Amino acid sequence: MPVKLTERDRELLDGVEGEGTALAMRIIVGTAEAMGADALLDIVSAHVDGCLHHGVVSLDFAQRLLDGGAQAVVPTTLNVGSVDLLHPELFRGTKESARAGAEVMHAYEQLGCRPTFTCAPYQLEQRPGRGDQIAWAESNAIVFANSVLGARTERYGDFTDICAAVTGRAPAVGLHLDAGRQAHLIVRLELPDELLDEDAAYPALGHLLGAVAGSTVAAIVGLPAATTEDRLKALGAAAASSGPVGMFHAVGVTPEAPDLASALAAGGVREVTVDESRLRGAARQLSTVPGGRVDAVCLGTPHYSAVELRRLAALLAAKTCRIPLFVNTGRETLATLESPTRAGLETAGVTMVVDTCTYITPILHPTLKTVMTDSAKWAYYAPANLGVDVVYGSMEACVAAATGEGEGEPW
Amino acid sequence: MRVSGRLLSPGEGSGETLHLSAPVSFWGGVDPHDSRIIERRHPQFGVLIRGRVVVMEGGKGSSSGSSVLAEMVRMGTAPAGIVVSRADPILAVGALVAAELYGHRLPVVLVTEGDLDALTSVRHVHITDGGVVAGG
Repeated sequence: MPVKLTERDRELLDGVEGEGTALAMRIIVGTAEAMGADALLDIVSAHVDGCLHHGVVSLDFAQRLLDGGAQAVVPTTLNVGSVDLLHPELFRGTKESARAGAEVMHAYEQLGCRPTFTCAPYQLEQRPGRGDQIAWAESNAIVFANSVLGARTERYGDFTDICAAVTGRAPAVGLHLDAGRQAHLIVRLELPDELLDEDAAYPALGHLLGAVAGSTVAAIVGLPAATTEDRLKALGAAAASSGPVGMFHAVGVTPEAPDLASALAAGGVREVTVDESRLRGAARQLSTVPGGRVDAVCLGTPHYSAVELRRLAALLAAKTCRIPLFVNTGRETLATLESPTRAGLETAGVTMVVDTCTYITPILHPTLKTVMTDSAKWAYYAPANLGVDVVYGSMEACVAAATGEGEGEPW
Repeated sequence: MRVSGRLLSPGEGSGETLHLSAPVSFWGGVDPHDSRIIERRHPQFGVLIRGRVVVMEGGKGSSSGSSVLAEMVRMGTAPAGIVVSRADPILAVGALVAAELYGHRLPVVLVTEGDLDALTSVRHVHITDGGVVAGG
C-alpha cells in the first residue's frame, strides 16, 4: 500500500527545497513503505547517529545532502562520533581514520545539527516532553525518549535520522502511535528491596528485559516509585543492547504507566517473573571472565550524567587510580560540571572522554586484555569490538579495582 | 517456480541462492571488505554473501547495518539481492541509499513466509524489477 503524502511532501519530493531535501524525502518515503506506514507525520526534533564513521559511505551521504543544499529544519542533536574532538590525542587508530571520523562529524554539523556528540541527548537542558513526535536514533536514547520522557519515536538509525531532520517528517507507525506503545508483556519483579537499592541491579535487569521482550513493549511491575533517571537509563541501554527494545513501561514510575491497566494492551498478555537468582544469572552473562585482576576500567556507557560524575568523584576522593580509568560523558555535561568535581576526577587520574565512547573506537591501549565496567552495554559490545574480556560490576567495585583496593569483583 | 513479492528497494538481480537459517546483523556480523559472515554463533559462519541472493527471514541488530550494506554496495561486495519475509527497514534503507549514491540498485524483496520457505530449496534466484522472484 503506498504511503499517503501531503501536498507539501510532494513538493519536497519535487525538489522545491532543493535536491538534498528531495533525496531525504525519497529515503523517508522508502523507509515508511518498508515499515508499512500509511502516512508521514511532523516531528519536533531529531537525534542523529549518522555522524559515526562506518566507511566512505558515511561521508558520501552527508556530502550529497550538503551539495544538494539540505539543512536540518527541526532542532537536531548529534550522537557520538568516532573521535573525541576535544581530546584528539586519545585516539589510537591511524591518522587517516581519525581524519575520516572527524570529517563526518563536521559534515553533520554543517547540515545544521548541534555538535552535542552525546548518546544521552536526554541529559541536555532542552529535551522533548510527553507526546512530542520526534525522530531519534541511538538505541539507548530511543528507549529513554519513549519510556522515560513519554516522547514518541520509532527505532531510527543511519540515514533515516538525518533525512527526518532535513524533511521534518517521519513515518506514522509503531511507537509513534498509541497502539504501538501498549504493553503486551508483564515483567513482574520479585526482588528484595535491598537489591533494588543497588545501581548494578538495573543494567542486569535491562539485559534480561532485552532477551525476554525483544521488540515487544513490556510493563515492569515492582520498580520503586523513586527510581532515578540514571537507573532507568542504565536499564534501557542494557535492554536495547540485548534485544530490539524500543520502549518499556515501569508501572508507577514512567509517565504512561500510572498503573498497570493503563499501560497494557487489551487481550492476551504474556507474563514473566524475575526473582533474585534469575537477575543474578543475567548479571553473570555480562562478564566473560569470573573476575580477578583487571587492566583498566571503563565507565560512562551511556554517557555519565553530572550526578554520576559526582558520585564517582566522591568514591575516588583522596585516592589514585593505579590502572587506566576512562569515563565517557557529554561535552556539555563536562563543560558545566563544577570545577571541584572535575579537578577531583583529574587528580585521581581519571581520563575523561567526550564526543565518543570507549567501546566503538580505539582509545584503550591494545595491551589491555581485561576491562571492568559498570555498563551492560559496554559489556555486551566491547568483547567483539575490542577483543577484550569483561568483568561487569558496580561503580564501587570498579573504583576499588582501579585504585588497587580490590580485585575485579563481579556483581 | 515464481512468487510475487513487494520491492522494499527496487532493482534486478540474480545469483546462487544463499539461505540463511538465522537472521544476520550486517553491523558486526558481516565483514564488508570480503562479505564474510563473522558472527561466531551464526549457523552460516564463514560463508561469503557477495553475489548471492540472500534468502532469510530478516535482518537483526544495529541500525548501522544500513551503512554496512551501503558500504558493501560501494565496494562491490554486496549480495546480488535480498529476499526477506519480515519487512526490514534497516536493509531497505541501506539499499535505497546505495542506489542514490552509487547508482547500483540492490533489490530487497518482501515475500510471504510460505514463499520464502519454498525459495530456500531452489539453487538459483532471479529477482525482476517488478518484484517477481523466480527460482530454479
